[in-house]
Amino acid sequence: MAEPKIKDVLIEPVFNNNPIALQVLGICSALAVTTKLETSIIMSVAVIAVTGCSNAAVSLVRKFIPSSIRIIVQMTIIASLVIVVDQVLQAVAYEQTKSISVFVGLIITNCIVMGRAEAFAMKNPPLISFFDGVGNAMGYSVILILLGFVRELFGSGKLLGFPVLPLTTDGGWYVPNGLLLLPPSAFFLIGALIWLLRTWKPEQIEHD
Amino acid sequence: MDHYIQLFLKSVFVENMALAYFLGMCTFIAISKNVKTAVSLGVAVVVIMALTIPANNLIFQYLVKPGALSWLGSEYAAYDLSFLGLISYIGTIAAMVQILEMTLDKFFPSLYQTLGIFLPLITVNCAILGGSLFMVERDYNFVESCVFGVGAGFGWALAIAALAGIREKLKYSDIPHGLRGLGITFMTVGLMALAFMSFGGM
Repeated sequence: MAEPKIKDVLIEPVFNNNPIALQVLGICSALAVTTKLETSIIMSVAVIAVTGCSNAAVSLVRKFIPSSIRIIVQMTIIASLVIVVDQVLQAVAYEQTKSISVFVGLIITNCIVMGRAEAFAMKNPPLISFFDGVGNAMGYSVILILLGFVRELFGSGKLLGFPVLPLTTDGGWYVPNGLLLLPPSAFFLIGALIWLLRTWKPEQIEHD
Repeated sequence: MDHYIQLFLKSVFVENMALAYFLGMCTFIAISKNVKTAVSLGVAVVVIMALTIPANNLIFQYLVKPGALSWLGSEYAAYDLSFLGLISYIGTIAAMVQILEMTLDKFFPSLYQTLGIFLPLITVNCAILGGSLFMVERDYNFVESCVFGVGAGFGWALAIAALAGIREKLKYSDIPHGLRGLGITFMTVGLMALAFMSFGGM
């Protein structure tokens, strides 16, 4: 395999090898936190920080980890980073993180973090691993922010809490679509996104 | 007794881990291509959840809850180790999975053969850690956490078996090309989740 380039590992996962749409990683949090754009953005920042740093850290110690206990070692590194991020978030954005605190904890088991540590960081030097982590987390963030945008705009007529579409209840014209606030709508939206993405890039279509 | 039956039913249907909280989605979608493997994975999840949630409950009650160390003596009562919660729960889960793997290998080799590859995967199944976190958030006592563990695991197993059944049938239908595989699976899960929401009124 050729030496991976920083630009490639940063850009590639965003559309061509998207963690949610193609690798089926890290879906859980994508559904639960995206009812509002704001929480989606917070979650994205947290995941980018954790994935980038954990990839770099795992890559630093990759030559010293015996393969039989590598999962526990990776878990410990990731868990420590998540605790740091959780504490920082509680300090700077307490109100917003209260509703998603369980899901910040669940970044530990977010398969993107674990999957990249296992698939990339164990084999590559720290710097490039860091960017691979950031790139994959960005691919995840793109989907998360898109979902948050659509769900908040059409579900409650707001963006980041500011009214954009005037609701009928406030004398405007827009009747909010309550379905978009319910969790199952995220599935439909992800399904539709995957459909769009695969129409745009037909090589991702699965053949059975 | 009524209280426990209620809790069990609630954790299976109303608060179904997969379809109401969307936990364990990665494995849920990745390993639901056929019913047989889905059921084996479901069984493994039930066992692990039934073991780890009560174990984490003990850790929570006696080690990391604010003031939990008071059984060591009154001077320890002021300690609050709750920031260590996450790391000790995931440690317990990873250790439990390892122990279960070794026990099965030694005493039930045939079951080990069936579950084999799924066991390590379970460590990163967010439903397991999520179950422990919900247990902490709702402050269950030990018996409640046992019931909740079995119920939550069972609910997850039920959901993955159902999805696998649907996906087996989907193979024969004519789906738009871009939607094949992952896309249609997401939509199916969405519909299943909508259906499960009707349990919410119970």
